[in-house]
Amino acid sequence: MKIPYQYTVRNLWNRKLTTALTVSGMALVVFVFSAVLMLAYGLKKTLVNTGSPDNVLVLRRSSTSEVMSTIDRYQASVIATQPEIALDSDGLPLLAKELLVLITLNKRGTTKVANVTLRGVDDNSWELRPGVRLVVGRKFSKGANEIVVGKRIAERFEGCALGESIKFGKRRWLVVGIMDAGNTEFSSEVWGDVDQFMQAFRRPVYSGILFRLKKRSLFPGVKHRLENDPRLTVVAKTEIEYYKEQSELMERFIKILGMVLTSIFSLGAVIGAMITMYSNVANRIVEIGTLRALGFGRTSVLTAFLLEALLLGLAGGIIGLASSSFLQNITVSTTNWKSFSEVAFRFALTPRIALYAISFAAIMGIAGGALPSLRAARLSIVEALHTWE
Amino acid sequence: MSEPPSKENPKELKNDDDRALIIINDLHKSYRKGTQKVTVLTGVNLSITRAQYVAFIGPSGSGKTTLLNLIAGIDRPDRGKLVVDGIDITRLDDSKLSRWRARHVGFIFQFYNLIPVLTAFENVELPLLLTPLSRKQRKKHVTAALKVTGILDRAFYYPSQLSGGQQQRVAIARAIVTDPTIIVADEPTGDLDKDSAVQILDLLHHLNRELGKTIIMVTHDPRAARKARKVYVLDKGILRDQYENDIIW
Ligand SMILES: Nc1ncnc2c1ncn2[C@@H]1O[C@H](COP(=O)(O)OP(=O)(O)O)[C@@H](O)[C@H]1O
Ligand SMILES: [Mg+2]
Repeated sequence: MKIPYQYTVRNLWNRKLTTALTVSGMALVVFVFSAVLMLAYGLKKTLVNTGSPDNVLVLRRSSTSEVMSTIDRYQASVIATQPEIALDSDGLPLLAKELLVLITLNKRGTTKVANVTLRGVDDNSWELRPGVRLVVGRKFSKGANEIVVGKRIAERFEGCALGESIKFGKRRWLVVGIMDAGNTEFSSEVWGDVDQFMQAFRRPVYSGILFRLKKRSLFPGVKHRLENDPRLTVVAKTEIEYYKEQSELMERFIKILGMVLTSIFSLGAVIGAMITMYSNVANRIVEIGTLRALGFGRTSVLTAFLLEALLLGLAGGIIGLASSSFLQNITVSTTNWKSFSEVAFRFALTPRIALYAISFAAIMGIAGGALPSLRAARLSIVEALHTWE
Repeated sequence: MSEPPSKENPKELKNDDDRALIIINDLHKSYRKGTQKVTVLTGVNLSITRAQYVAFIGPSGSGKTTLLNLIAGIDRPDRGKLVVDGIDITRLDDSKLSRWRARHVGFIFQFYNLIPVLTAFENVELPLLLTPLSRKQRKKHVTAALKVTGILDRAFYYPSQLSGGQQQRVAIARAIVTDPTIIVADEPTGDLDKDSAVQILDLLHHLNRELGKTIIMVTHDPRAARKARKVYVLDKGILRDQYENDIIW
């Protein structure tokens, strides 16, 4: 009992300009919509990938990030005695005491500066983070003023290429290696010997302690013991959990900003679709009367016009999504608000984002087409056919 | 050519009911124009037998189209009875009436009313989409209808690629493709040049005489009215006259 779909498709095709303009409006909104989701997801992915599920990070109680946390040498030694900590090949606990310091560096080719995270690490740090690979050069030597920089830092900051040097903590540090940690925050860090950093910055305390669990299931036990030990003032989190928290604020901000933008834009696109659909109905009043006379019911007419609006929306959705997929080639950088350091990440498209974008487009189409389609369905046949005069 | 009008008492007409395909009883219709009420039909009575070819004539505004629309079930009377093939269509609700039209009425319009984005073939196929026929059966029916109306060679043309006369042939094919109980035609030659008009009238004549189709036509073209077997004259919303055409069938 349905009006054939060719009717709908060819009507859209015949009015190419109007259709194209309406679809472009929809596409623009969908582009913004999916770009925002891709941005939020890309950031989250970068930060969450940074963590590994077997690793536990111990920070000072009430500090929300490594940068703000301090753990003194005594507390660090108590933490190191926990029986749940995995052992390395020498039978020693697989644990790293690390120091985080923020410094500012000049961006290459500009006069701008940005915050960069320095991480003082020890031997175990590399083993605890198997995702961090040295791509050129070598690791820094213990006791030397040497550093290894993340790939993204090497590319973007002055003095950070292999063989160059930068100055901080009143010393000059030679870049001896470049590390790549893929899409994680470590690709945006500078690593050096924790003891050298502590001397250079005159910091007697660590920022956090990272260790590997013997088994993932041991986490609740060790967390409870550490957090209730009267000698300690610490919290224990899985590394994954920690980085997830780091991303949340930023992700939320991007999403809210994006949704506000999208709502405003989508209102425009829906009104555009509505105007187009009203004129499509007005131009085809006699046709509608004819179809109704031939025996097509009001529901068939309603469906045909809703389908037309839906197609406008879907076309916009597909074009918008396809355009936004090109954003995946772009790397963006921003300041991580929790650690205040520079992070670089990519727009990331997922099937879920694609589904949201297409559904959003479909809803916009239907929303714009609803009133005009109802008008078409409600027309009286004789008035539509205009049989008098 | 026409006989002098023979007056008939509407009451007597009811006695023909056994043979009548369409029975119209005391039909009233008015429209609202703003706050004003325009009375169009005031108590029309008539009956039409099966395989009849009827023309409604009369001055412009006399209510011919309104009467035809009521018979075709695209408009509703204020009052009165309208029985077509045993069904009182004034009692059908909106969606039942739609289904009734799809099954029982073929429409021919003055301006053809073909769907511009569909080919001749697809236009003729439209009413068949409301039947349970398969695609293959539909194709058979559409081809047959286009053949009867002599426009099969243009089956895959769009309306804009056809002349007025050709479009009306497609429209007539669309009207007969479901083999409806009645065919209604409102000024079918009103937009055609003389030659095309003659051809279309011949086609309608053929449909009635050879294929036994019941046709109800509204026209103000005397040539068209002469082709009908029976003519009803409307004036200011009432049936003023009726006569049978004296033609060689
Ligand atoms: N849908 C309508 N709304 C308002 N007035 C109408 C409508 N249909 C017909 N009329 C009026 O009813 C009268 C009769 O119309 P109609 O049946 O079309 O006449 P005819 O076909 O004999 O020329 C005219 O005055 C016309 O203006
Ligand atoms: Mg008329």
